[in-house]
This record gives sequence, C-alpha cells and structure tokens, in this order.
Amino acid sequence: MITAERKPFDKILGLVGESKKVLVAGCDTCVAVCLTGGEKEAEILASELRIEAGMNGRETEVEHTSAIRQCEWEYLDLISDKVDQADVVVSLACGIGIQSMAEKFATKLVVPGVDTNMLGMPLEHAVWLERCGACGECVLGETAGVCPVVRCSKSLMNGPCGGSHEGKCEVKTPEGEEIDCAWHLIWERLKAQGREDLMFVDRPPKNWSKGSSGGPRKMVRVEARPV
Amino acid sequence: MADAAQPDFEPEIIVFACHYCAYAAADLAGVMRLDYPSSIRIIKLPCTGKLEVIHLLRAIEAGADGVYAAGCLEGECHYLKGNLWARQRVNHVKKLLTEMGLEPERVEMYNMSSAMGVRFAEVANEFTARIKELGPNPVKRKGVSPYAAAREAASEIALPEDTDTVADQPNRPLAPLATTKEG
Repeated sequence: MITAERKPFDKILGLVGESKKVLVAGCDTCVAVCLTGGEKEAEILASELRIEAGMNGRETEVEHTSAIRQCEWEYLDLISDKVDQADVVVSLACGIGIQSMAEKFATKLVVPGVDTNMLGMPLEHAVWLERCGACGECVLGETAGVCPVVRCSKSLMNGPCGGSHEGKCEVKTPEGEEIDCAWHLIWERLKAQGREDLMFVDRPPKNWSKGSSGGPRKMVRVEARPV
Repeated sequence: MADAAQPDFEPEIIVFACHYCAYAAADLAGVMRLDYPSSIRIIKLPCTGKLEVIHLLRAIEAGADGVYAAGCLEGECHYLKGNLWARQRVNHVKKLLTEMGLEPERVEMYNMSSAMGVRFAEVANEFTARIKELGPNPVKRKGVSPYAAAREAASEIALPEDTDTVADQPNRPLAPLATTKEG
C-alpha cells in the first residue's frame, strides 16, 4: 500500500494562499487506509481551514470531497463538479493521485496536502513499515522474502556491511529507534529454511535502471488493451 | 487570537458526556442542587469512544468557546477503552488547534464516575473559569448557535437526551453546518 503523511498545516496554508474557494479532495484507497487522506481526513482539514479563516476574518469557502481513487480518470469525473467550483484543490491523495488531478483539471491550481513517503505494510494498527522499493526486478526469491533494497539502509545486495551488530543496523530511525539488519534477517531465515547456500551465490550488480534511476517507467499490457 | 478576558463574557461550552458516567454525574449534580455555570451544554454519547476529531472541530468551528469530553474513569469504561480513545483524540485536536494558532486549552478530556456529581460541578466551574480567562472563540458566526450546530454535527453519534438506554440508535447523516440556525 502507498502511504503518506499530512503536510504541516502552515505549509498547506502557504500553498492555498489567498484563494477564496478551496476544495479539499481526499482519496478513499491507500491514503484512507493509512488514515491520512480519506474522506474523514479531508473533512478534518476542511474544518481546520475554515476555523483558521474564521479566526483571521477571511471569507474563505472550504468544501471537501473524496474520490474512490484519485489516480483514475473515471473516478475524477465523479468529483469534477466540485473541482470546477473551486479556486484551489488541496489533494490528500498520494503523488499519483495529485498528478492525475492536476492533469485532468489542468487549468486548476492543484496542491498537495500530504507527503507521499513509502510502499508499506501495516505492522499493527496505525503503524506502517516500508516493504517495497518498486525497484523493477524483485529479488525476494533469493533473499528469503526480505527486501534488501528498502530494508537495508544501504540497499546492499550481497550481504551485510560492517555496521551490523547483534542483528541491528548502525543506522537508527529519525526517532532514534533501532532498525533490524535486513541481511541478518535474510541469513536467519535462509538458515531456518536450510537454504544458506543462497547467501554465497555471487550476484552480478543490480540493474538499477529498472527502478526509478532509469527515468519514468511505463507499463503496457498488450493483451489487455482495448481493441 | 482571542482578546483578553472580558468581564461580561459568558462562554458557550459544549460537553460530550458519556451516558454511563458523566451524564449520570450531571444528573446527580442536579439532584444534589450543586451550582455549576449555565454555560455548559451537554451532548450525550453512548461512550466517549464514539467521539471523533471532526466532532470536536465542528464544535469549535460553530463558535463554541470551549469543548470537553467527560468519560468514565480510566479502566472503568463500559466499552473497556472508549475513554482512552477519546483522550488520544482530544490530544490530537489540541495539536491541531495549536497548529491553527488557537489555544489548545479550549479542548479537554475529563474522567469521572456516575457517583461523582460534585466532581462534575467542579469540572464545569473549573473549565468555565479557564475559558473566561482565554476569552471568546475568535471564530464566531452570526446566527449560528454553537450548541445546535455541534449537536447537529454529532447527530450520528449523539443520544437523544431523554433516552435511558443506548441500544439501537439509528445513524443519521450529517447536516451542513451553515443551515443550522439559532434556537
């Protein structure tokens, strides 16, 4: 799932500027599941913007809406009436949804209300961990289902570095919490599976051009194209 | 930001009170003939755990000078953890208000049991004094009654005042704030 965090309120205010009619647009898929940008959160931000405008004596109309998926044209059609009436749209979707919105309504000012941060999984309620780097060439089959691309701080592809100590990485999260060494996890799980030999296989350098280093990617499923 | 304290300022305060404790405590305070300010307007909930961030914000948006949730004592929630959820949400709203430049003290979470009529009156007095100190909510809208609007915004979670049980309350849709008029 794509996860995102809401931008600080003053950043959003700066993006909205002097606009008189604001539409806060949520997206009811990934960002709703990570409690950042669904309809509920869109309503909360709209209320905050109205309170702030009221406090400072500004006449600002703030509405909210949400699309089932902001990243698909068809769902954007369903909210186009509200978008048409707004001077600025604050999108709470991930970067994909925000860009779809900006492209679909190209004459409108569409601004982000969130920072999209990762492809993660909910570890437990309201806690998400990064799990995929969308590198374009999955190695999970050789790494016992642990992704070294995003779970190793250095994205090493051939075993741990010297900074791994008792299963923990030398890097800490910004909150100061310890991070499991991905290569330690890989080794432990390969051992449990009796597949330690995979650890000693020489891997050629990873082709990073299949990931975001190779420029914008495009995928076409020929067999599914309309005829 | 609010002006300094005004001597004739009568705050309008919304209380989200749990059916099982604070609402009964308010009843008890009445029976005990305890004095507490008329600024307090109560919205009865089946549990403060039903209270969400948006309900608190809507009350502030409607011009309430202060809003507080009154739930059961911690560890004694009828639904086990509803009051703990409420506290987290109230704390989150405090953060949001701070970001907006409003005083976080305008929202609060209190805990009391149904036997604590005296505490109910005490909290009402304490919170009213706090809000008087802060002054009026700068977001006042002409013709909008904070209580009516907050109640309408919370209609999907609020219990009618005359209900004795919390069973089978139908969910009602949110009405737009602007249509809620005084009286």
